[in-house]
Order: sequence, then C-alpha cells, then structure tokens
Amino acid sequence: LVKILPNLGLGDRIPSHQELERMEKEEAGDRPKWDNKTQYMLTCVGFCVGLGNVWRFPYLCQSHGGGAFMIPFLILLVLEGIPLLHLEFAIGQRLRSGSVGVWTAINPYLTGVGIASLLVSFLVGMYYNTIIAWVMWYFFNSFQNPLPWSQCPVNANLTDLVSECTRSSPVDYFWYRDTLNTSTSIGDSGGLQWWMVLCLLCAWLLLYVCCLRGIATTGKAVYVTSTLPYVVLTIFLIRGLTLKGSLDGIKFLFTPDLNELMNPSTWLDAGAQVFYSFSLAFGGLISFSSYNSVHNNCEQDAVIISIINGFTSVYSATVIYSIIGFRATERFDDCLEGNILALLNAFNLAEGSIKEGNYAESLQNLNGTFPETIQSLDLKTCDLQTFLSQGVEGTGLAFIVFTEAITKMPVSPLWSILFFIMLFCLGLSTMFGSIEGTVVPLQDLNIFPKRWPKEAITGIVCLVSFVIALIFAQSSGNYWLALFDSFAGSIPLLVIAFCEMIAVVYIYGIDRFNKDIEFMIGHKPNLFWQVTWRFVSPLIVLVIFVFYFVTKVSSNVTYIAWNPSSEDFPTLEVLEYPAWIYVIIFILAGVPSLVVPGTAIFKLIRRCCSNKNVYGAEVDTVSAKVQMFTTKMS
Amino acid sequence: MLVRILVLLYLVGAPALAQTLCQPNASNGYRVRISIKTALGNQAYEWNENEMFLFQATMAFAMRRYYKTETYNVDNIIVCNQTRRVSFWFVVISPENPTMLIPKADVEKAVSALTTRLPCRPMSNSMSRHRINNAFLLTDRTLEFLGIHPTLAEPVNPDTPPWLIVFGVVIGAVFAGIIALLVSSLLQKRRKEKGMMEDGQDEEDRQMKGVENGINLDGIYNRGFTDDDRFTKL
Repeated sequence: LVKILPNLGLGDRIPSHQELERMEKEEAGDRPKWDNKTQYMLTCVGFCVGLGNVWRFPYLCQSHGGGAFMIPFLILLVLEGIPLLHLEFAIGQRLRSGSVGVWTAINPYLTGVGIASLLVSFLVGMYYNTIIAWVMWYFFNSFQNPLPWSQCPVNANLTDLVSECTRSSPVDYFWYRDTLNTSTSIGDSGGLQWWMVLCLLCAWLLLYVCCLRGIATTGKAVYVTSTLPYVVLTIFLIRGLTLKGSLDGIKFLFTPDLNELMNPSTWLDAGAQVFYSFSLAFGGLISFSSYNSVHNNCEQDAVIISIINGFTSVYSATVIYSIIGFRATERFDDCLEGNILALLNAFNLAEGSIKEGNYAESLQNLNGTFPETIQSLDLKTCDLQTFLSQGVEGTGLAFIVFTEAITKMPVSPLWSILFFIMLFCLGLSTMFGSIEGTVVPLQDLNIFPKRWPKEAITGIVCLVSFVIALIFAQSSGNYWLALFDSFAGSIPLLVIAFCEMIAVVYIYGIDRFNKDIEFMIGHKPNLFWQVTWRFVSPLIVLVIFVFYFVTKVSSNVTYIAWNPSSEDFPTLEVLEYPAWIYVIIFILAGVPSLVVPGTAIFKLIRRCCSNKNVYGAEVDTVSAKVQMFTTKMS
Repeated sequence: MLVRILVLLYLVGAPALAQTLCQPNASNGYRVRISIKTALGNQAYEWNENEMFLFQATMAFAMRRYYKTETYNVDNIIVCNQTRRVSFWFVVISPENPTMLIPKADVEKAVSALTTRLPCRPMSNSMSRHRINNAFLLTDRTLEFLGIHPTLAEPVNPDTPPWLIVFGVVIGAVFAGIIALLVSSLLQKRRKEKGMMEDGQDEEDRQMKGVENGINLDGIYNRGFTDDDRFTKL
C-alpha cells in the first residue's frame, strides 16, 4: 500500500462530489466554460502540437536511427506522456482551478509548484513568441518575387556580391544578417534592430487580440490555428511527393538502424521529446481542463490527444524530409553539374559527353591520363547521403534549410507564405496555453486587484513580456534565445512534473484520486494507470532529470556564434559563455525549481511566526468558487 | 604580271595573315565558350558554320554600334581554334587596316552591357551583350566571353520595402480587432450593470405595490404550492 503523507484539512479546501454535482447543475456563471467539446480538444491539440513537432522530432528521428526511433518514442509516449496528460486533465477537472489553485488546494505548502509553473510559462512564452516574431518577419518578406533569400545582394560599389553572402549562402546571409543582424558574441549586444522590434510588437499584439477574453476568444481562434497546420502539411506532402528526390528523403528518414536502440541517449532524447512535446507542467492544460464539465471523459481525451500528437510528429517528419530530400537532390545535382562543367571546360569536351551516369567512369579515365589537371580543378565530392544528413533542427531547419528548398520550387512565394503561416499557427496555439498558464495563476495569487478585468491583466502580461523580450530583438538576441531555450524550458519543467506526480499520488492520495475519477467518468482507472502513475512515470521523469542535470553541470556550457571573420566561416564558431551568464542561467533554471521548496519554507516560517492555522482556506482563489471556512485562530 | 602576283599573294596571304593574327592566348583576342545544351536542353541547336557566321555578324554589329564612325564587316571578325566544347578564339581587325588588331579593352567595351537579369529596357548603346545573347537564345552564363565579367544589375530599390506594406496591413487589422473587442466588452459590462439596476428597481416596485394595495403582504409567500399544477397529475 502506498503511504500517504499527512494532509490535514483537505476536505475543507476542495469541493466535495456533491458540491461538484450541485455546481454542475446550477452552472455557476462566473467561471468560463467551453462552448463545445471541439473547442476544448482543438485548444489542447494546439497547445501540445507546436514547433517542436515540426523541427525537433524529424531531426531526432533521423539522427537516432530513423524508423528505429519510433520504438522508444512510442513506448515512452505510452508510459510517460499519456499518464502525465491524464493526470493533469483529471486533477484540473476535479479541482476546477488553475495550477496555483489546484496545488494550493491539495496542500498549501505546494503553492510553490503552481508558482513555478507560472514562472516557466512566463519565461518560455517570452522567447517562444520571439520565434513567432521571426516567423512573421519571414512571412512579411514572402510577398515578393524573387524571394529576398534566393540571391545574394550586390555590395555598395555595385562591383560584386556581398562577400559575407558569397562565402556562406544567400539563405544564411538573409537569416544571420538581414533578419537577426547578429553580433559575434552574446556579450556584444549591438543595440535594438528596429524591424525586429516591429515584428515583436506585431506578434504580441496579435497574441493579445486572441487571448483578450481568455477562452472566449482563444476558443474561436483555435478553429483556425489548430486546423490550418494540418491542411498546409498535406499540401506540402502532395507538393513534396511530386518533386524529384523526395522519396530519397523519406527513405533516409525512416531507414531503421536498430543499433541505435542500444544507445542510452536515444531513449533519453525520446523521453525528453515526449515530455516537452506534450507541454506538460506549464499549468495550461490543468487550466483548460478545469473549464470542462465535471463528467467529461478526461481519460478518453488524454488518449486521443496523445495519439494525435504522436501522429502529427510522424506526419510532419515525413513532410519535412520529403522536402529535405528534394533539397539534397538539388544540391547533389548542382554539385555534380558544377564538376562536369569544370571537366568539360578544362578538356574542351563536347557538351553532353559526360553525364551523371558516366561521371565516375569518365573522371577515372581523365584522372589516369591527366592527374595534374584534375588536381588543379579542385573538384568537390558530391555525396547525396552527406546532403541528406545535413538535416538541421530548430531555427536552422525552418529559416535556412527549408527556405532554401522553397526557393528551388516553382512559384516560391506561395510555398513560402504557406509554410510560414503554418509555423505561425503552430506557435500561436502553443502561446495560448502559455498565456493561460501565466494569467490564471496571477489571478489566483491575487497579485492584481480582483475587480480588474481579465482584459487588463492579459494586457499587462503581454506588455511586460514584450518589454523584457526586447532582449531578443538585439543583435545578440539569437544567443539569448538559445540560452532561454536550453535552461528555462528544460530543467524546471522536469522538476515541476515530478512534483506534480508526487503531489497527486502521495499527498493528495491515489485512492482519493481513483475515487474522483470514478465519480467523474464512471469507472475506476485500470491497472495500467495505477502502475504508471505510482512508479513508472515518476521514475522516467526522474531519470531524464538526473541525466539532463548531470550533463549540463558537467559539460562546459558553450554556444555557437556567427562570426564572418572566424577561420572556419561559414561554420558556426563555438564560444564559451562569459562568467556573468551563469547568474542568468541560475535565474532561468534555478529560481523556478527552487520556488517549489522555497514557498513551502516561506509558508512554514510564516505559520510558525503568526501562529495561524494555515490549513484553513487562506487561499481564496478566483478560479475556484468554493465555500471556504474562515481562518480559525488556534 | 607583278600586279597579278601581288593580287595572288594578297588573296592567299590575307587569310593566312588573318590566321596568324588569331591565335589561342592572343593578347588582343577573347575566348568564347558556348553551352547550348545547358541553356536549351532538348531544344538545343547544332553549332555549325552558319551559327559561326551569325556570331561574326553579331560581333561586327556590336563593334559598329560602339564605334559609330567605322563600318565593321563579317570579315573583320576572325575566329580560330574551335573545339568540340564549342569554344573558340576571336580577334577583331580594323576595317581600314587589316593588319591592325583592335585592342582588347575596346572590344570589351563594345561587348559589355547590362546583364540579362533585368527585363530589357530600351536604353543606350550599352545593350550589345543583351542583343548578342538574344541572337543565340543564350544567357551570360551560357555564352561566356572569358575575361569579360557581366556587370551586375543595379538593385531595384522600391520606395517602401514590400514587407513593411504587409506588416502595415496585419497590424492595422490587429489594432482594429483589439479596439472592437475592448469596446464590445465595455458595452457588455454596461448593459449588465444597467440590467442589474433595472432588476433592483423592479424589486422595489413590487414591494411598494404590496403596501399600496392596503393588504399587508409582509408575510412570506409560501412557495410550496406554486408548482402544484405541474406535479399533481394523479
């Protein structure tokens, strides 16, 4: 039997089953509600399906043994993703509150978990919306033919093309110079880039207009933002399959290498990907689920959304790699053509005498007879596999590799517009969850006066986020974003998820939880849920956390920088972070994690000092309308 | 007799002389490289004597355009050292003095023009390269004069960058949306407040009515019997 930690006064802090039934019938009007089940499902799908499905999963899949990666991914999806998702849905639906409200109701000392979720949602939301700003910049620039990243610009004297561009490539130049105007190191801030500030402003305003009234507005927006990506992916799949070389890309993606399964980092990456892909521990899912009716079948929802998420990852990987296959083939053909032309010119052979088919043979013959000439030509080695494995991830995939592929397609502006609309929708629907995970806890904590409308609070959150996010609009913004991505969105989430599971299973009590679920959906959760909630999922999260922590702490923390004057240009330069960055890293990763025990200690001290009974209802959360007892002086 | 010998010598010697003028790596000659198959693929034409004649003619045309005073002819363009690649050397001799080669720089000036990146703009005489390319359905890349770099096109700088226009449209729509939603929220709140105030007024009226009728309706109305009609259908 599971030993439950003592938890006094739980019954006073949470609504009982009878009260829930009553609230359900009377439909307490103040709490927001979903217009219909579709809105709820689309919102959750939109929150879970994000940019990571498009640009992180395909890379992981390809680099960890292709089709073989599906095995750890699906196993961990079932053992880690679905149980955690069901847990968050069920607890939100049961306790009818946002993250702070839920954890405080379970135990006032656990408020820290909610506050940590709030901080993480806030920090992640800041940099995520900056990526959306970049996507919008590319979108704005897609309305011209030829696309600005298809050719190098001419330099000031009109004598030649800009050297930084000719040495790297037009897409690299457009990304690092025209878009980011990146400096050479994180310490060199370089000032604000006005076009980036405008795009950032646009992104935050657009987010504000969609989140203005909470789920009343986002619920309408998700009809577009959650469905449009699938439409665009299908269009790209059809387009991609008709291009030369796309099947090579798909084959390359899915060719299984079962040896990779022996490699522990494959499993760890799969676990991390499942975890981050589900947007767990942000508090947004708990919040969304709390607006459901009490008897909504959260178990079914969790399974459906997990399946959709997994399917979307695989589907988008197929689409992405069909386009990457096309690009690799184009590059290979160009490379070969260049070599053939060099040979024809050097030996004055007739055009068409050397083709792709007889290239190797002809080269051998010529090398036999004229080795010095061949040497002097400096021919490049053209290998399709090399081009295919140039699979990049993250912003590199979207803004460099994919944009290059688009320039090679006919009617490029159309594909560019479609692609960036898709990325925009994927990002925006995730931001809805992020804003929900920031605004609702703020309301619960009564940071703002109660009579302030939701519009004002959302506005303030967006404004403050925008002002702080201006760091990302500097020349060094890209490096700051990578920093935020590595630290704010990784370790704290694992800590929060682990605490969530311990809180529900051992502090709230798994037996009580089982009864709640039986009350809500009509049957007790079966053995699978019991085993995963109690042991398997917390263990997996703990292992991933330990691995991440150890890796980050033991390795030298470095970042890659774009430096035109470096030796290996255009390869990115590896630099070490300056010493003061460690303070920032601590703020990003340490503060949200330490808030969990910190709040508990703070409340303990306050209780000891003021001698009040903390277990009464001192948290009067806005997000839960429950009859509370007043504090009793003991 | 002497005249006939001289004429014979001239007729024989001139081409020979011309041939000696044109040599690979000649100081005043240019090498031309033509890639028809690359440019036209399936619709490539054969490179033969007639095409060569056309080349000589277009070169003469280019020289005429640039040097308006002198009339160049096909004979003034001498070609040699053709290869299977389709590359050859050519030199230009002056129409007045067959032994004099036109310097490299002058030939370059005659040939250079705007590249074919921009759509054709009817302009000044610096269009020769474009016309030469067009005569052969080729481009700067496929009809190469080795040593003459195509001058780069001036970048087209529109007054407003196109992205700014799209940005303006989007942000205008967003502002309109925000204002619309905020105003409608405000109106909704005011309507709610008004509605509540009116309800309050009704309550007061009802109480007043009770007293006005004279009968003391202070007692609590027993709601136990209001729904009787609905339930007792037995």
